[in-house]
This record gives sequence, structure tokens and C-alpha cells, in this order.
Amino acid sequence: MSPVDNSRIKKVRQHISQNEGLIFEKSSPGKAAYRLSALDVPEVDAESLLGAQVRDDLDGMPEVSEFEIIRHFTRLSTWNYAIDLGMYPLGSCTMKYNARVNEVVVRMDGLANAHPYLPPEMAQGALRIMKTLADCLIEICGMDAITLQPAAGAHGEMTGIMLIHAYFDNKGEKRKKILIPDSAHGTNPATAAMCGYTVENLRSNDQGMVDIEALAAQMNEDVAGLMLTNPNTLGVFETEIHKIADLLHTKGGLLYMDGANMNALVGKVRPGDFGVDVMHLNLHKTFSTPHGGGGPGSGPVAIKKHLEPFLPSPILIEKGGKLSFDYNRPKSIGRVKAWYGNFGMHVRALAYTLANGPDGLRQTTEDAVLNANYIREKLKDVYELPFNAPSMHEVVFSHKLQAAKGVKTGDIAKRLIDYGFHPYTTAFPLVVADHGAIMIEPTESEPKEELDLFIDAMREIAREAQESPETILTAPHTARVKRMDETTANRKPILRWKP
Amino acid sequence: MRYLPKSQADREAMLREIGKTHIDELFAPFPPEYRLRGDLNVPRQMSEEEIVTYFKQRSEEMVADHTLMLGAGVYHHYRPVVIDALISRGEFFTAYTPYQAEIAQGTLQAVFEFQTMVCQLTGMEVANASLYDISTGIAEGALMAMRLTGRNETVIARTVHPEHREVMRTYTQHQAMPIREVGYAEDGRIDLKALDAAISDKTASVIIQSPNFFGTLEDVAAVADVAHNKGALLVVGIAEALSLGIVKPPSEADIVVMEAQSFGVPIGFGGPHVGVLATKEKNVRQMPGRLIGQTVDKDGHRGFVLTLSTREQHIRREKATSNICTNQGLIALVATIYMCIYGRRGLRGLAMQNLAKAAYAKSAFGKNAKVLFNEAPRFNEFVVQTKEDPKVINRRLLDHKIIGGLPLKNWYPELGNAAVWCATEMVGKEQIDTAAKAVRG
Amino acid sequence: MAYPAAYRYTKEHEWIKVEGDTGTIGITDHAQDSLGDIVFVELPKVGAEVAAHKAFGTVESVKAVSELFAPASGTVTAVNEDLASAPEKVNSDAHGSWMIKIKIKDAGELSGLMSAADYEKYVAEEGGN
Repeated sequence: MSPVDNSRIKKVRQHISQNEGLIFEKSSPGKAAYRLSALDVPEVDAESLLGAQVRDDLDGMPEVSEFEIIRHFTRLSTWNYAIDLGMYPLGSCTMKYNARVNEVVVRMDGLANAHPYLPPEMAQGALRIMKTLADCLIEICGMDAITLQPAAGAHGEMTGIMLIHAYFDNKGEKRKKILIPDSAHGTNPATAAMCGYTVENLRSNDQGMVDIEALAAQMNEDVAGLMLTNPNTLGVFETEIHKIADLLHTKGGLLYMDGANMNALVGKVRPGDFGVDVMHLNLHKTFSTPHGGGGPGSGPVAIKKHLEPFLPSPILIEKGGKLSFDYNRPKSIGRVKAWYGNFGMHVRALAYTLANGPDGLRQTTEDAVLNANYIREKLKDVYELPFNAPSMHEVVFSHKLQAAKGVKTGDIAKRLIDYGFHPYTTAFPLVVADHGAIMIEPTESEPKEELDLFIDAMREIAREAQESPETILTAPHTARVKRMDETTANRKPILRWKP
Repeated sequence: MRYLPKSQADREAMLREIGKTHIDELFAPFPPEYRLRGDLNVPRQMSEEEIVTYFKQRSEEMVADHTLMLGAGVYHHYRPVVIDALISRGEFFTAYTPYQAEIAQGTLQAVFEFQTMVCQLTGMEVANASLYDISTGIAEGALMAMRLTGRNETVIARTVHPEHREVMRTYTQHQAMPIREVGYAEDGRIDLKALDAAISDKTASVIIQSPNFFGTLEDVAAVADVAHNKGALLVVGIAEALSLGIVKPPSEADIVVMEAQSFGVPIGFGGPHVGVLATKEKNVRQMPGRLIGQTVDKDGHRGFVLTLSTREQHIRREKATSNICTNQGLIALVATIYMCIYGRRGLRGLAMQNLAKAAYAKSAFGKNAKVLFNEAPRFNEFVVQTKEDPKVINRRLLDHKIIGGLPLKNWYPELGNAAVWCATEMVGKEQIDTAAKAVRG
Repeated sequence: MAYPAAYRYTKEHEWIKVEGDTGTIGITDHAQDSLGDIVFVELPKVGAEVAAHKAFGTVESVKAVSELFAPASGTVTAVNEDLASAPEKVNSDAHGSWMIKIKIKDAGELSGLMSAADYEKYVAEEGGN
């Protein structure tokens, strides 16, 4: 094998990376990172209070000093890629800038330490934040009402589909099926199943869009609704959305929109206007709340009037300028989470909305779509576009041109790491032949300079695929660790440290 | 707009490169009749200063510097400053789910440490990378027990947090899962006789919470015996994780669902918090949510990866163990750092302080009012029955900047004027004495 | 890889070896090869009923789950417990690593299965698509 040539990588150089063991391996008896405050009440004897329920020891829990903790987690942090370091073009994930002011306001004492059981008259500030955010989101979506309770996108989906279920139950109709396009996220069918529905696959046409004829053929009085992502996971807007909505509504069905890709729509068009009955938003995508290495998220569900009676309890109401919760909701699907949702994410999402205003929200969408189309234009001669329909906020290529040399989407992704970028989404959506999707979502947060570096990296990798495919197949070469043995991790799982 | 890193000239140059003259050409796929012509009706763009001022005003409309003697599912504990210093590193809080292991080892190792510490604390063998919170975790636990046993009924104690019970009912309403609630005995614990009668050969799981909603420790071993005798699994919810510093772990359980909010997570008006589900190794393939596993890379270096992913929605779709995708990653990191700070001796010491505060408070209150379920062991919460409506007492306490206990009337009308009070290490003797005087009525 | 002539094969890439009314079932070498590293095999319990052309279990690689289809209907009489701890055996010896044994209910169902030669041809054609 010829030596790997990294000379054309422009964005990054290698630097020292500290080694760091598990925290348990640094532990030794007697070290401590805490000192308890003086106790101002008499000490107690645990054994006499708890009897047989008293615990003897916390075996295995670490004993380390404060500075070792700082070093431990600082070192770990340097092993992560992050949006703060560079472009993070994961398609459908909307990795955009997480504004720092959001982190400041959410930590304000009155908000961070507010108990959820404070009587409403003592919690007007928090309720006002929720109400203002709710009003903004309703306006942005063109819907009639909203719940902020769901904790994430999939949780929002579950809530939304349960609302549909309750709507039909209330009408005395027993519909059994939910239609889901073959390009959908895995959460959609998993959600429909949790809500007791049978999933019926809806195939895409040769443009990657909903096949209207197939929909017409499959739509009947047994179908409760269609779960549609729009723009879909190929980044393509369903131009015949009004026909889709009509087909659903004519047969009494409801249109659910997965709002994962709302970053392409905000300020330009509203789902409520094009016939959506119920939808969820991902505040951790479109509204910039941080992904935090896998969460927390927030998945508000916006609805049209006819679903309002079924919203999760409680709902926020305003009377004479005073906000409170209404728990008397006899038709409600019930509560989907303790208290009122991930309030900290509501604060951040509102701070984002206020920082943008109507003009900023629109410009954000325009820049996100411009960035995706710029990448498309600059890469379309070296990567195959499996579907030719116009791209909105993300562009999906395939690995077809590279696969001829044995280089697949996952390999190109690994090589992109050497070039200083987080990979795009690989192998999804499934409608791209051979599962060879290269799904790129730059978001509005990237300056032209960063996009040009990314384009350059992707073009270099395309060249390498032809000239030295081995370089790609063995990538990454410069990361702290090489490709992981996932097979053994699955065959003989080690899911915890043991002394 | 200050977050957008492009000049107008950049935008025009990019448009030219893609052969367009106006940005709206890129929005041509939107049917014209639906395109927005004007501005959205949302507040105008604000400066950073204006944003800070706006939220400061909202924050000041809340009560802030009061002492919380209110727990009931969220607990006010001291948050060491190290936590925010570390989680504010962009490499943690602006990273995505660690799908690309080579550039996500930081998150992966931290979650592996989280899973380990949760196992050690709960007495379980495997723990997942987190769930939204305990309320949804209880529901996931009930569904998991259904899959493990092939049975479909669930028995849940009335001493489980009322909102958690409610969430479980919502989650499972289309699963053909009959739910039976079992009341409590005189000591405030689940009524074991009634429990035994409620379990049938179709019962998948018995769900309890310990310490329960009254603050009482359930006799987990005894409940486990009753459940296991009839082939049902035991799911134990732990809403106050710090109790595990001094209370025996529920090793007899089959599934433990823990809320780790107590470990350094702000109360934050109810979220985000962090749930975690732990179980025995043999049940691992029916677990919901992500799991991190240890392995080696091609050069033999230790590393960590997302593993056993075939359980999850992105692979198994409608047959997945749950639809969960996004979890509570950053909050799990908060809990991990907290557990490192207090560690083996500190968690015990802090738990002992809570025990002492609550014991003192209970006896102080006991002089002026009736403490219910007084004989059963408890951690940092207790139920007080008063002549007066607890709401009236709480209003009086506001003058002393104390937030009083949670009135139980809505959920347990049979207890009359009762409220559940909480005394963590954050509550001073002075406040306890003041509150104890106030309950006299 | 030679496909044992004594086995019969399904279009879903399972094999069955018939001895009297006992059918021993596994997956073909072609199937293990296209699945990649097998990390887990989920099988029914002894006593379970399986139906011809219906799923009786799953086989998992790191990023995929595939269903196992029964070549014939019957009652499960034995399960290869070794595969629980050593699923890699299916990769190294697909035709030797049986998964379940069944008591065949209707021998007539077997006539629809392919011979080794037919299966080899089928795989060659399928691969060429």
C-alpha cells in the first residue's frame, strides 16, 4: 500500500492529543473533589433510621480531586468534533450555531431554580416565556395551537400521532393505518407502531417525491393519516403538497408533518397554509438549542383547531393578562411528560427567535438554502445526484461514481474526518439506490470560506477515489483512533467498567 | 443578523455561481399561492442587551432567592461550579450524537462512565445512555417488561408520582395494556396484600417508586418476592437519586428507572432533566435507547462506540424497542461530572446530611402537626397533616422566603390537609424552625 | 463455496436438511456473506410452531436485521444454543451451523424448494441483477 498523501488537506493540521483513562482508573481512597458544608442540625445514625435498608458502601464510585475532574473532562472534550470547531454537515440534523446568549439567559436564577409546582402567580415569568414562544411557533407554522410538552422530535411524533388517534376515537372511527413514505426517518414507523397503528409504506417516484398515484391508490377510509417530512429527507420540497393534503382530507385522513427540515421553510412558507393538520418542530434543530452530544431536545407539536381538545394536559391559558395551566381537559390524550416539557430549551428557542426577528428568520432560511445549493453546484460534476429535483436546505448525492472503485459513502465520510470536517449523514435516506446516500446539510451558519474548504475536501476525496482508493478505505488516518471494531462490540458487549 | 456569517456581496457571488439572479429562484418549488409575502408576526429583532434584559425581567417575575422545602419529584441540591465550567465547552455542548466514533470519543467515554456509575449506584448490570426523564422512563420500563414477559398487564403503586403514572397511561394507551393501581398501607408503603391480589398470570410488571411520592422507602425486597412469585417483573423508579448514597440499591428489581436531576441538574421549571433505565444483562436486547460499548480500534487502542443499535428505530423501524432518538446527552454529562465530584464518600456524606435535615424537620414539624407514615423509613421527604389548608400555610411562609410543601389533596383527597415537605442540604435549620412554627395554624 | 447436494434451499437463502420427519435449518453461505459479520441470532424456543415462508427468527449484523424464513412448517424440536454466545460460527461455517430443528408437518411443502444446483444458479442470476 502506498503511503497516504495528506499534503492537499487545507483546513487542518495534526496536533497533540492527550491520553486519558477512565475516571475510575484515577481513583484512589481518600481523594475528594468536595467539602460538605457544616451541618446545622444534629447528626443522625443512618442504621437506626433506615434499618435493613441502609447501604454499606458505594463500591466502585470514583474518588478523585477537583482538578483531576477538570483535566479529565477537558481532555475528553478535545477528542470531540463540534460545530464550534467547524462545519458539521449532518443532513437532517441541522447543526447550526448555538448562540452563547441563550446559555446566559437560561441560567438566570429565577428561571434555573424555578420549581415546576410553584403556584402560577409566582411563576408568571416562566409562563410568559412559554406563551411568547408558543405564539411565535404557532405563527411560524401557520397553525392554531401548540403543546411544548414533548421532550424531543420522536416524542413529538408520538404526541402528534396520538392526537390523530384521539381525533378519530372521538368521531367513533376506527382507522388502522398510517402511511409513511419510504424516505422517512426511522422514528416515523417506530412512532406509528407505538401508537397502535399498522405502518403502510408509500413509495417515492423517480424524483424522490411522494408518488401521487400510489397515494391515491393506497388512501382510503382505513388510513388515519400520512406522516410526511417536507422538505423530505432528500431535501426536496413536495411541490404537489396541496394535492397530497387534498387526497388525505377527501377521505377524512389527516396530514402529519415531521418538522425535522423546518429550517428550509421558516419565514418563506407555512405548513398550516399548505394543509398540514399536525406537525412537530425540533427546537434542537431549527431553533438552535444545542445538541449536547445527543440531547436534550424539545419537540413541540403544533396543530389545527380540530385537534385542540386532545392536546396533552395541562395547557397554558391566559385570563386578564395572567397565565396559568388548565388541567381540566376531559378529551386530552393525557400527559406525555412530567411537568411542562424541556423548559430550558424553550428559553433558548425564544432567545434565538428574538435575536432573529422576522427578517432574521427569513434571511436564515435563505442562507441555509443558498449554502446547500452552492455545495450542490460545486460538487455535482464529481458526485452523482440520484434525484434531479431542486434542493432546499440539504443536498443528497450518491456514491455511485466512487463505488465503482470500491469506495462507499461510509468510507468517504471517514476520509472527510482527515480533512477536518465532521462527516455528512451516510447511507440515509434508504431510497438512494444501494443505500449509498451522501446527505449534506450545511445550515446557514457556514461562511463562504468554510463552504469552499468543504467543497475542496470533497473534490480531493473524489480524486483520491479514482487515484488511490486505498487511502479512503483505510481512513481516518489522522484521528486519535482508527476505525473501531464494532463487530466485537456487538458480539461481546462491554457496557460498563468493572474493577 | 449577527449569527449569519455572510456579506451581501458573498450572497450575490454565490448566487451567480449557481446561475441564479435572485434568492427566490431557489424557492421556486414552493407553490406561489402559499409563499409568504410579508413578515411573520413575531417580535422584531433584538440586540443581545435587549435579549438579556427581556429574560432578566422574566426571571425577576419569578421567586428566586427563596428556600425550597418543596421536592415532589425534583430536588434542590447544590450544584458545584465545575459542572457548568465543563459542560460549557463547545466540544461537549455543540457536538451531535456520537455516530462517528473516531471524532466523538469524548462524548462516548463520558457516557460509558455514566452507564458504569448508574450500574454501581442502582445495583443493576447495564444502564442505557439516558432517556428523557423518569416519567417517560417508567412508561418505557412498563413496555420493556411487556416485551420480556410476553404478558400485557401492569400493576402500579398509587405511591408512584401521580404525573409519572399519568405519563405511563398516555404512552401505553394503544398497547392493550390494562393497568391496575394498588393503594398504600398504613405505613405509606404499597399494600402488599392488595398487591398480591392485583397480580395475575398476565401481569408483566409491578411498578413502584422508592423513596415513594410520600418520601417513604418501599420494602423493595418484599415487593420483589410478591412480584416474582407470580412471574411478574419488578420495575423500581427512583426520583431522588441522591437517596442511593445511603439507601440500599434495589438489586432485587428487574428494571430500575432513575431520574438523575438531583445530580447537578437545575430544577429549571421541570426540565430538561435526565432519566436512565438500568437492568440485568440478560434483558439488554429489549432495552430502549442508546448504549455505549467498549471496544478497540484497528491498532488495538481502547475506544467506545454506540452499540447494539439493531434494537433502535433507525434500523428496526416499526419493530424497534422504542421510537426514542434524541436523548438527554448533555444532562447525562452533568450527572456524570456530579457523581465524580462527590464520588464514593461524598455521595454518602451528602445523603447523610439530607437524612439529618429531614429527620430534624420531621421532628420539628411533629411538635406542631401530625406527621403521617411516621414509622416507615424515609430519605428527605415527609408528609405533614395540618388543621389548616396547606396553601394557607404556604402563603404565610412566603413572607419568610420559604416555599412550602406540596398539597396532596388533588391526588390523595383521603389524606385531607396533607402536604409533602422536603428538606435537602440546602435548607437551613432556621428555615426549618420557621416552617415548623407556621404549620401550627 | 459448494452447496451441499443433500440440502434443499429457499429463495430467502435458508437451507433445510431432511432426515425422516426432522428438518434441520440454517442459512446459506451466500446469505452469511451478504450479511457480513453476524453479531446476534434470535431463535424461537423449543416447542414453538413455525410456518413455511413465515419468519421464525432474526439474524443481525452491526447495522442490519434480517428475518429468517422457515423452509417448511413444523414444531421446533431443538435450537442451536451455541449461536447465542458464538454467532460468528454462522460466518465461518454457514452450512454446518444449523439454527433450529423442526418436526416437519407436511413433507409436501418441500417440493417447492430448490436443489443445490438450482440454488447456485439462482444466486448467480440474483447477483447479476
